[in-house]
Amino acid sequence: MTEIIKQRQIVEDDAQLIRLGEDGSFAELPASGRIIVPLKQWQAQRDALLARGDFGVWLASDEEAETIAADIGHFALIALDFPAFIDGRNYSNARLLRDRYGYKGELRAIGDVFKDVILLMKRCGFDAFAVRPDKDIHEALKGLDDFTEYYQGATDEPLPLFRRRA
Amino acid sequence: MYVYDDFDQKIVDQRVAQFRDQTRRYLAGELTEDEFRPLRLQNGLYIQRYAPMLRVAVPYGELNSKQVRMLAHIARTYDRNYGHFTTRQNIQFNWPALENVPQILADLSTVQMHAIQTSGNCIRNTTSDQFAGVAHDEIVDPRPWCEIIRQWSTFHPEFAHLPRKFKIAVNGAVEDRAAIRVHDIGISIVKNDAGETGFAIYVGGGLGRTPIVGALIKPWLEKHHLLSYLDAVLRVYNRYGRRDNKYKARIKILVKAMTPEAFGAKVEQEWVHLKDGPTTLTDAEIARVSKFFVDPAYETLPGDDAAYLAAKASNPAFARWVQRNVFGHKQPGYAAVTLSLKKTGIAPGDATDAQLDAVADLSDQYSLGEVRVSHEQNLILPYVKQADLFAVWEKAKEIGFATPNIGLLTDIVCCPGGDFCSLANAKSIPIAEGIQRKFDDLDYLFDLGELDINISGCMNSCGHHHVGHIGILGVDKNGSEWYQISLGGRQGKHAALAKVIGPSFAQEAIPDVIEQIINVYVESREDSEHFVDVVDRLGIAPFKQRVYAKELAHD
Ligand code: SF4
Repeated sequence: MTEIIKQRQIVEDDAQLIRLGEDGSFAELPASGRIIVPLKQWQAQRDALLARGDFGVWLASDEEAETIAADIGHFALIALDFPAFIDGRNYSNARLLRDRYGYKGELRAIGDVFKDVILLMKRCGFDAFAVRPDKDIHEALKGLDDFTEYYQGATDEPLPLFRRRA
Repeated sequence: MYVYDDFDQKIVDQRVAQFRDQTRRYLAGELTEDEFRPLRLQNGLYIQRYAPMLRVAVPYGELNSKQVRMLAHIARTYDRNYGHFTTRQNIQFNWPALENVPQILADLSTVQMHAIQTSGNCIRNTTSDQFAGVAHDEIVDPRPWCEIIRQWSTFHPEFAHLPRKFKIAVNGAVEDRAAIRVHDIGISIVKNDAGETGFAIYVGGGLGRTPIVGALIKPWLEKHHLLSYLDAVLRVYNRYGRRDNKYKARIKILVKAMTPEAFGAKVEQEWVHLKDGPTTLTDAEIARVSKFFVDPAYETLPGDDAAYLAAKASNPAFARWVQRNVFGHKQPGYAAVTLSLKKTGIAPGDATDAQLDAVADLSDQYSLGEVRVSHEQNLILPYVKQADLFAVWEKAKEIGFATPNIGLLTDIVCCPGGDFCSLANAKSIPIAEGIQRKFDDLDYLFDLGELDINISGCMNSCGHHHVGHIGILGVDKNGSEWYQISLGGRQGKHAALAKVIGPSFAQEAIPDVIEQIINVYVESREDSEHFVDVVDRLGIAPFKQRVYAKELAHD
């Protein structure tokens, strides 16, 4: 079984990540169980997915939150991919989904996810972290406590320190 | 200057612990080289040509004497007894052992210092005017705004992994000593007709491979909205800046591709959503930060101290030093003194542990315990009484920091280059020294007047050669080191980029080439015309003709 961090707990992963084929083709979807499909597949197979239910969608780092803003009510979860942790575009997508489009469900970081970045992700609104399989998930969890004070407001704590400093 | 409270201290302490853990995991093989590199860079740690290099932040160039002594301690304890002040008002140590870096950071944290975001693809140390708070031409003190930006940018989670590095500079004086037009964001503090403080925002300036002067995208930003507007600019850049090619990843390329008008419009669209949100600055916060930068208790002094004037009249060497190294102060009877780190034979910007300790003592005795770093790589004592100038001069001579050359040809801005930097195409320090040796006649230097020479060892342009009146760039030709010369660059309000005069030269030829260029200037100047004005008036052709007539070039 694969483990994942959700809401600060290490739990069994309940969702299967579906990627595009190398040629960009869509994978056959399993008949049951929670799945996370690529944005393009959601756009192409919208009706079928709505009929199937229990699915989420994931965005690559060069895709934009705006494209799913009107649909967020349909998703069991949204995942945002970090092809390499130095690609920070999905930090902005996460904040837009939460702060601007009001997404309240599970927001999952996938890809190059490990101890040294998950606090940044959490501050941008992620609440689930699919830690890279070759990294120690227990160690990674501790990364959420690397800092306990922040200067600027972000999604997890919208008030900047200057509105809280007393 | 700003003093940490428990919150500020905790954030720095937690960073020390985090970096200690990252270093441990790297040494234990739990973090790969590729993973550790961006993490250590965000803490200013490079692996250089011979050893690691640690860049310590000097926020907007302001230090107290205790911090200067700590820098001396670090140079002595963990390095080879010296540090190097950079063109971004920071200090670099060239020889620390990787295993010692966590302890160096712990030592720094005891004097409210750190190395946070001094490198890497994140928001870097915000830079400003080295004479902030004391300059005779100041409109608004930029330091509170720099500190507000420092706090906002420190570990900003959304902007921790930008397409490329990001540099912000703030100016609050009539003259722009912070070079804001060659920064990713340049902030000019202005006042409107009602006397209210606000900002003019420039974006997309920068040097490097594609030098560009920043464009004004927001002529008036009301002060409370500074941070939400910066959030909007950074978000647009984070999302749309190129990530496929590191040479095209700076914001200037995005601004140029979109046009400044379209970029500004995109920022406005984003800002509409962020404006008036919780990040809107409060009057209480502006007041809280500003109170750290109020004027010290100045003594009421006559504007022109009699003994000082007498010393100036009777001692030509002192008068010369005053002419170049003493800067007009807003408070009558006071002066700001620039200690020159540009003595011939010493790498520009270098200071030893003993010199740093001596500077700390000087500042305690004569400058209310404060020191500044300039982006021209010199140190400043900002609060010296005119009556003390003679004594300060005598002591600065003992330290070796009294060369009377500020703003003159030998006050060369120079990156570490091939002697230290692993990115270099060519050495830069020996080039500076060769030029300084050629121009060793002080009378002649004074006669030549204001002249900026800037040297970079590669296209990364840390020596800001594009804005030097004379710029020198190290280039690689088939594995050997050559130097390209450009003329006519300027920093400040009328920032301009220098033009390359032609094929490059070998190291040995450079002092002669500079001499030829200077000769053309001396022959052509009218009255007290400055070098760069002559270049503007005549263009580069006559200089080019003279220099290449002598066949010094390599093609
Ligand atoms: S300009 Fe090039 S050689 Fe000089 S310090 Fe910067 S990167 Fe190194």
